[in-house]
Amino acid sequence: MQLATLLIGLVAATALWSGVQALNQQARNAYDRAAATFGGARTAMLVSRDGASLPQQLFVDLRRAGWPVSPVLEGRLQIEGRSFALLGIEPVTLPAEVGNAPSVGRSGMVSFMTPPGEMLVAPETLADLKLAEGARARANGGALLPPLRVQSQLAPGVLVVDIGIAQTILGMPGQITRLMVGKAAGKHASLASVAGDRLHLIEPDADTDLERLTDSFHLNLTAFGLLSFLVGLFIVNSAIGLAFEQRLPVLRTLRACGVSARMLNAVLVAELVSLALVAGLIGLVCGYYIASALLPDVAASLRGLYGAQIPGQLSLRPEWWLAGIAISVIGALAAAATSLTKALRLPLLAAAQPRAWHQAQRRWLTYQSALALAAFAAGGGLLWFGDSLMSGFAVLAALLLGAALILPAVLEAVLSLGQRFASRPLTVWFWADSRQQLSGLSLALMALLLALAVNVGVATMVESFSRTFLVWLDGRLAADIYVSAANDEQAMEIKAWLRERPEVAAILPGGRADTQIAGAPVEVLGLPDHATYRDNWPLLQSAGNVWSRLRPGDAALVSEQLARRLKLSVGDRIEMPAPGGSWPLQVIGIYADYGNPKGQITVNFAALTRRFPGIPLTRMGLRVAPPEVPALVADLREKFALGERNVVDQATMKAESKRIFNRTFAVTAALNAFTLGVAGIALLTSLLTLANSRLPQLAPLWAVGITRRRLAVIELLKTMSVALITTLFALPLGLLVAWCLLAIVNVKAFGWRLPFHVFPMDLVWLVGVALAAALAAAALPVLRLARMQPASLIRIFANER
Amino acid sequence: MTRSIVLHVTGLTKSYRAAGEEIAVLRGVNLTVAAQESVALTGESGSGKSTLLHLVAGLDAADGGEIRLGGVSIAELDDSGRAELRRGRLGLVFQQFNLIPSLTVADNLVFQSRLAGRHDPDWYEELVERLGLGHLLKRYPEQLSGGQQQRVAIGRALAAKPLLLLADEPTGNLDEATADEVLALARDLVTRSGCGLLMVTHSTRLAATLDRQVNLHAGVVA
Repeated sequence: MQLATLLIGLVAATALWSGVQALNQQARNAYDRAAATFGGARTAMLVSRDGASLPQQLFVDLRRAGWPVSPVLEGRLQIEGRSFALLGIEPVTLPAEVGNAPSVGRSGMVSFMTPPGEMLVAPETLADLKLAEGARARANGGALLPPLRVQSQLAPGVLVVDIGIAQTILGMPGQITRLMVGKAAGKHASLASVAGDRLHLIEPDADTDLERLTDSFHLNLTAFGLLSFLVGLFIVNSAIGLAFEQRLPVLRTLRACGVSARMLNAVLVAELVSLALVAGLIGLVCGYYIASALLPDVAASLRGLYGAQIPGQLSLRPEWWLAGIAISVIGALAAAATSLTKALRLPLLAAAQPRAWHQAQRRWLTYQSALALAAFAAGGGLLWFGDSLMSGFAVLAALLLGAALILPAVLEAVLSLGQRFASRPLTVWFWADSRQQLSGLSLALMALLLALAVNVGVATMVESFSRTFLVWLDGRLAADIYVSAANDEQAMEIKAWLRERPEVAAILPGGRADTQIAGAPVEVLGLPDHATYRDNWPLLQSAGNVWSRLRPGDAALVSEQLARRLKLSVGDRIEMPAPGGSWPLQVIGIYADYGNPKGQITVNFAALTRRFPGIPLTRMGLRVAPPEVPALVADLREKFALGERNVVDQATMKAESKRIFNRTFAVTAALNAFTLGVAGIALLTSLLTLANSRLPQLAPLWAVGITRRRLAVIELLKTMSVALITTLFALPLGLLVAWCLLAIVNVKAFGWRLPFHVFPMDLVWLVGVALAAALAAAALPVLRLARMQPASLIRIFANER
Repeated sequence: MTRSIVLHVTGLTKSYRAAGEEIAVLRGVNLTVAAQESVALTGESGSGKSTLLHLVAGLDAADGGEIRLGGVSIAELDDSGRAELRRGRLGLVFQQFNLIPSLTVADNLVFQSRLAGRHDPDWYEELVERLGLGHLLKRYPEQLSGGQQQRVAIGRALAAKPLLLLADEPTGNLDEATADEVLALARDLVTRSGCGLLMVTHSTRLAATLDRQVNLHAGVVA
């Protein structure tokens, strides 16, 4: 039984930890691919200080001045209504350290550069386009694109063409957006002497933008993996502890026969490591399947939240396998540390009398409670002084650790109280025996507490987020139809046609531009002054009369996450880089912008088009009476040959947003369920391993006239009662976890703070789930007791402990 | 004066299967114990002493024969009936004491009597005094010596004023002096309470101190 328990614990711990690590590694590999692709963040770059495009002549001037630069033009391209990143490169001057350059060059360079050229794509992108290699896609504007060629190192969602072809496709002749900088062979002129102050050198960065943005997501996953790992180790610790207690007489005999403590320990460690290796391998296989099962949801979450493209096929490096085995062995040794130390210090002559349990228990409770208070104090200190995501997680960890450590003391207090008020003999025994059982069950109960508290915390956060998100979505998606034209000309035609349609109450033009503030990407959103926004825009703080004040173009609304990042308040001033020079703006409001990894600034639409003259004016929202929406959508699609993605009604868009939202938290829900499941197993294994050692306590009761069935019912009630007390303790703890997640972790990780809601029915449901888990865990040992043959109980009186 | 018979065992048989072989432990045992009578059950190891005691206690079921305790046939009782019988009519004392470790001495002493609804405060006080447990009432069993634990076990068994006290090697774990002291107390209290005593023992010395000796040999009364 102990062997099975030990293996279950190690397999569960390794599987969940390795599964999460596999997901993280898969995503990080994808970021690396994206970063290494033709001079991503792994290459030094020259970019425009004001975020605008640059003339190609600058590239020529810099090359002549000895700068090893290579031009890049980036833009977005729509194919079949889907948006792709188009990257134009110049293969001849590509720096050598850009890893993909050789495979473009040499034999393929001529076909890549000469018309019709080639469009390099990742295998996943080719599959997305539903086209064969060599086929030519057509852009939404109708332009025929170069033949597709697969290059496996490329990141999904990126289309790479020669820069000349990119300039034609994007309508930006003679323009580039950045310059990759290779390693200089000799001296070159200063940057200022060639380009003045127009360019800004960005050194190669170990962390890509995507890595930075997704850090919190992966940290969340890692935290869950770690929690599951620890819960699994609780099982291992409990199994090893019990196995050790049972082997104590044999170990003493071996020591008495002359086996040294060192040799005994070496054998025990060797046995444990062998088991950990077997369990580690099984755990890794399980972890692989867990990761495969969760990968689609993780990929969808990362795509929905950050626009990151993660391949759907799990590919793992050898390090993952080695790390999995190592974590299994280290985990097993850590869980066995106490028992191994005991074996090392095992006295040859053991005291004959049994352990004074209640004295030992009191001492143990005092130590644990002192440690718990220290953890709470550390958590409080971190809460007060900490100001980072890591400190947020540390507060959570300290809170959970402190609560887990203080749980036995809480249970002891409640059970003592029960015992004090009990008068009937069986009731007195019920409480007293529950107290005595506490030391054997406490690890499993701690695991249950952690799993439940995290469940309550995460469920409350998700539910709070969901409620806030839906209200926010109603405010953000206030228009009835959203149209995205293929180009500006078509947008003009559509607007002209819409003006003739009586059912269209308003046409709301929209525009977006990209810039950088304080080194971070920022989206600039242009909105017209219209009642649609005045009535619905989700403002968190405002100076009053904001929409009229936006109109002159000298004021802006700032998204919550950008306001937090730049420490902006209403009334502050910001300087926004724009093609025509810096744009001074006064912050007159802060609004919620959930799910957007970038900061966002909202300005008046007309002002935006003045400051960013080159932006596409293809997007618009329409106000239409709801009954007229389907007919108008159909007419628009037919009249202008627009795809499903180009004309979307509000209901579809909201449904899509909700679907992405729900999928984002599907992984969290799955890991939550796994953790609770592991905690259930921890409880079951503890009860099973305790069951045999319980017989000496139960047999005397049977002997004095309590039937086995009644004893079984009492045992069940005892397990259920401690599980209930643990669950009730987990509820406020879980709400505290939720508060930490909402008020600290989310703010640091995503930049937004959500209102805290309590959902009583969810809590009731979780209490039910916890009790069902406890019932399931207790059922087997209790059934065994109810059906136990009298001979087994009689043996207690004959052989003794 | 004739004393009433509290235990009547007739033609009792019991066998076990071990390693695929049927082993007859009891082959038709006949035995009686009267109220206030103390009987020592002796015999070599494996003679069936403890088995007989367990069958009388209703802890196990006999293959044949009859056990009547206070006129009630144990064979006619179901599991809960036998449990009720143990609760109210029997006191059990084991070699290993088998006290309830999570309860104090005081709670252990009253456990069975209160469970059976037969708690008598005066009798309890007398038991505490005569067993010399007054200063140990708040302690837990593991804080007591072997002799003290066995005194608590005897007190617990007698607190409900049973018809019969069954003791399985009650002094097996005690030194000679303590064993004598505990047994003397037990005999005294058995007489005071008016119940019978059936005690399994290996010690001929202790057996000789009881009213009667019954020797089991090869599954029958010799």
